[in-house]
Amino acid sequence: MEDEDVVSDFHAIGEKHTKADEHAEIVVIGAGAAGLAAAITAAKAGAQVMLVDENPLGAGLIGMDVPLLFGNRWTAAVQNQGRMLEQVLTANPGLEEAFELGIDVKLGTYAWGAFTGGPNLRSLPEPVVGLADETRSWIVGFRRLIIATGARDLVYAFKGFETPGVVGALGLTALIQTYASFNGQRIVILGTGDLAVATATMALDAGYDVAALVEVRDTPQADVSALIARGVEIVTGHAILEALGNAEGVTAALLAPVAGGETRSIACDTICLAVGAVPVIDLADVAGAKIARNEAGAFVPGKLPAGVFVTGDAAGLGTDAAAAGVAAATAALASLGHDVQASAVPSEATALPADTDAYRMDWMRALMTTGGQDVIACSCEEVSRRDLLDVQPPRYLAAPTDKHNSLKQLAEDGPVSQDQIKRLTRACMGPCQARRCREQVAMIMAIGTDRPLGSIALAGYRAPVRPLPLGVLAAASETPGMVEGWNVWFGIRTQWIPYDDIGTEREAERAGRMAHF
Amino acid sequence: MSEMKKNASVIVIGGGVTGLSAAWWLARDGVDVLLIEKGIVGWEASGRNGGGCTHYQSPLFNEEQRLWPQMDELLGYPTEHRQERVIMALTERQLAQYQDHGEICAAMGYRYETLDPKQTRELVPFAGDNVVGSVYYHFGGQANPQRTVQAYAWALQDLGGRILQHTAVSSIIVEAGKVKGVETSLGRFDCDHLVLAAGPQTGALLETIGVYLPVAPARAEMIVTEPLPLMKVGGVDGNGLYGRQTLRGNLAYGGGPHEWLADTTADGRPPEGGPMSRPATQLLQNLSRRLMELFPKAGHVRVIRSWAGIIENTPDGRPVIDRLSEPDNLTVTTMSGVGFGLSPATGHAIRDLVMDGVCSFTDIGKLSLGRFANLPRDWRVRQGWVPPIVQDYDSDGRAQTAQA
Ligand SMILES: Cc1cc2nc3c(=O)[nH]c(=O)nc-3n(C[C@H](O)[C@H](O)[C@H](O)COP(=O)(O)OP(=O)(O)OC[C@H]3O[C@@H](n4cnc5c(N)ncnc54)[C@H](O)[C@@H]3O)c2cc1C
Repeated sequence: MEDEDVVSDFHAIGEKHTKADEHAEIVVIGAGAAGLAAAITAAKAGAQVMLVDENPLGAGLIGMDVPLLFGNRWTAAVQNQGRMLEQVLTANPGLEEAFELGIDVKLGTYAWGAFTGGPNLRSLPEPVVGLADETRSWIVGFRRLIIATGARDLVYAFKGFETPGVVGALGLTALIQTYASFNGQRIVILGTGDLAVATATMALDAGYDVAALVEVRDTPQADVSALIARGVEIVTGHAILEALGNAEGVTAALLAPVAGGETRSIACDTICLAVGAVPVIDLADVAGAKIARNEAGAFVPGKLPAGVFVTGDAAGLGTDAAAAGVAAATAALASLGHDVQASAVPSEATALPADTDAYRMDWMRALMTTGGQDVIACSCEEVSRRDLLDVQPPRYLAAPTDKHNSLKQLAEDGPVSQDQIKRLTRACMGPCQARRCREQVAMIMAIGTDRPLGSIALAGYRAPVRPLPLGVLAAASETPGMVEGWNVWFGIRTQWIPYDDIGTEREAERAGRMAHF
Repeated sequence: MSEMKKNASVIVIGGGVTGLSAAWWLARDGVDVLLIEKGIVGWEASGRNGGGCTHYQSPLFNEEQRLWPQMDELLGYPTEHRQERVIMALTERQLAQYQDHGEICAAMGYRYETLDPKQTRELVPFAGDNVVGSVYYHFGGQANPQRTVQAYAWALQDLGGRILQHTAVSSIIVEAGKVKGVETSLGRFDCDHLVLAAGPQTGALLETIGVYLPVAPARAEMIVTEPLPLMKVGGVDGNGLYGRQTLRGNLAYGGGPHEWLADTTADGRPPEGGPMSRPATQLLQNLSRRLMELFPKAGHVRVIRSWAGIIENTPDGRPVIDRLSEPDNLTVTTMSGVGFGLSPATGHAIRDLVMDGVCSFTDIGKLSLGRFANLPRDWRVRQGWVPPIVQDYDSDGRAQTAQA
């Protein structure tokens, strides 16, 4: 082969990726208990650490229920970034220590992607994480990435679900504790497990009223005696039928006995979903982690790309988050050659009961038995439970089909994946990035196909893992090579020569002109 | 599980739009057809593309333009096809280029107009002061790839065609100069004729019977935003981007640099240790910038996803659609990166080749495999169509380049 015959493809990515704007030896995403402990441990060992946390969130994301189900139950104070920043610092005293240790703490900063090289991604010069604030985005190169993104709310929809005042347990906790901006007073909590009890206790301690805990099973799932003593009613064998309300928001929770019978309503301004929580694995998935189900039935990062660690609730609920964060930092430090004392390995003890799946499915079935199939499951795309079961095309097409019309039939063609149902029904395709419907859709799919929940393949997460405006995500500029080589589609000149010209003398002349930039 | 019938008159390998359309066209003729797909139908490029249906360079162009407006009716399921295109230029150079393409189409009898900035802004509400003009095609268009894939699949099943998913073909079986069937992860399947439409894997599968089809796989990325009010024409692009506004209102756009990948295996198994077979990257920042430039009035709209797909390219970037002379019961296709829009016509051509030995509606002779007979085997290197020079990553995930 003569060297002069060899050309390079200047339209290909080559080395044109935007270079990192800054670097850190260890980047920690999430300043909750796990992330904070990890960052502090790493800084104390002498590492150069960047700690990123999205709180205080911009009002835009809070309004979209990203990342938690805030349910439109906040005061106008959340729109004041400066005040919220102070509030976040007050609510999270560990941040002060982080600042004092010289950690580069970035608050109000979103991690929207993390990228690591591999067999089908050879163009990355180094592993990077994509960050953004309310005005711009930038790229940070890292040697180690510790993902401590925590948990989010497990959400079930029901009639009236979009009425202001339907919140998640974690969303409510954030509004009360992190933001001091909860705009409600009297709460009905759905669920009676540990999460529900903890949320009720937190709300009572903060001076709010908890009218009742509602449970679809016949007995409470955790010890509720202290709550009863504080005047909280425990309603078992009931599901929520509807959030009653007006333009201002929820006025009552309408409950229906699961076994059938008279409905009853309990006056409240807030209905809080506290059946469960879900590890936030979006960033780990995008970074290239293999996602697998753990024993507690949660999807968590399994095999991780080199240099990436996941810790705290993001790695699976129920561990001691701070201890897990210390352990993750210790592992990261050791891999970097820092001198570290092996820290105690956090206990694997999962606090989640063994029948988590069964319990969640009991809620889903009870909601479907009492509420029927015409309830919207995916609010962004207006997909009802029935649309899912019947695999109906989205409403904007106005083309209902009565053929091939069930999940069951689709399941006969092979394992049903949630990504496929997304494509067909558009469930989970909206701006909230499926935070409000992902688990629910999987449960409805399990019911529709008569298969165990664990057999439903999870839909993948995609960057940006926060829905950010074009104007914020837009790169400041293209690298010079990218400007020069940018082509709409590969830039193969012969590809666009009209067929009739191929093999004629016009071909060469055409090839000289054909470039689709 | 009930006993599975392990033969068919025609077996199609690959459940992308090419294989699905071919199988559907054959089933319309009452042929007993079985389509074998390693994953889920449309999972690869066919469900991840821009949806563009305007391929003026192809001999199948007229058939593409004739068929799309009828596809919803022919298939019985919505494809979300919308006609017309607007290509917006932000520089004079872009405008001249887009007009050049318009002229090629005009010479074939298709109507287009050049719009000035004001007319462009009237037609495209998100256009800004930076637009220097646009070309407005009164033909062409786009459809929804994911919906189209499923429409083909359901239409095929309605006609009695069979689809076998989650089954990978590992080799082709040839005896006495004829294809007898295929070896798969579920054992052997026999057929009288084989249609190969396995996208990036087409070359490696053909190699199992010693036939050489040169293709190089590459990865390309797209982004999509939250929905916006519908524009009059959905197919608005330009500024180095391709894409469309979906009927739901989302802006879905791609373009810019691609990454060449290593050759693939016959059954498409991802490379050892691969974290993700179709990773997207921070290119989404660059796509966002280009899209914001294209639609300055949509800068506030939120990006909600990005993704990547894998495309195979032949050395000249043109498809191969060919019934071989030996074995003569094997029809081979690779659409080389322009296969979605052409798929209704490609399927028709494949049907003709399988049933009649020749395409009935146009000459496709220049798309035969024979044109690569004398191609040097190191053509990828010669053309520079090779993965970035990164040899490996160190324990920090940093690129180790073996640059001379
Ligand atoms: C980001 C992007 C944007 C694009 N934009 C456009 C556009 O706007 N307009 C346009 O016309 N085209 C576009 N394309 C190109 C277009 O998507 C492809 O040309 C087209 O989808 C090819 O279809 P196909 O059926 O030939 O191949 P594929 O879609 O690749 O399908 C091949 C199928 O074969 C299966 N398969 C492979 N090996 C085996 C095996 N061993 N056994 C069984 N099954 C196997 C695969 O799983 C796959 O489903 C784009 C592509 C991408 C990725």
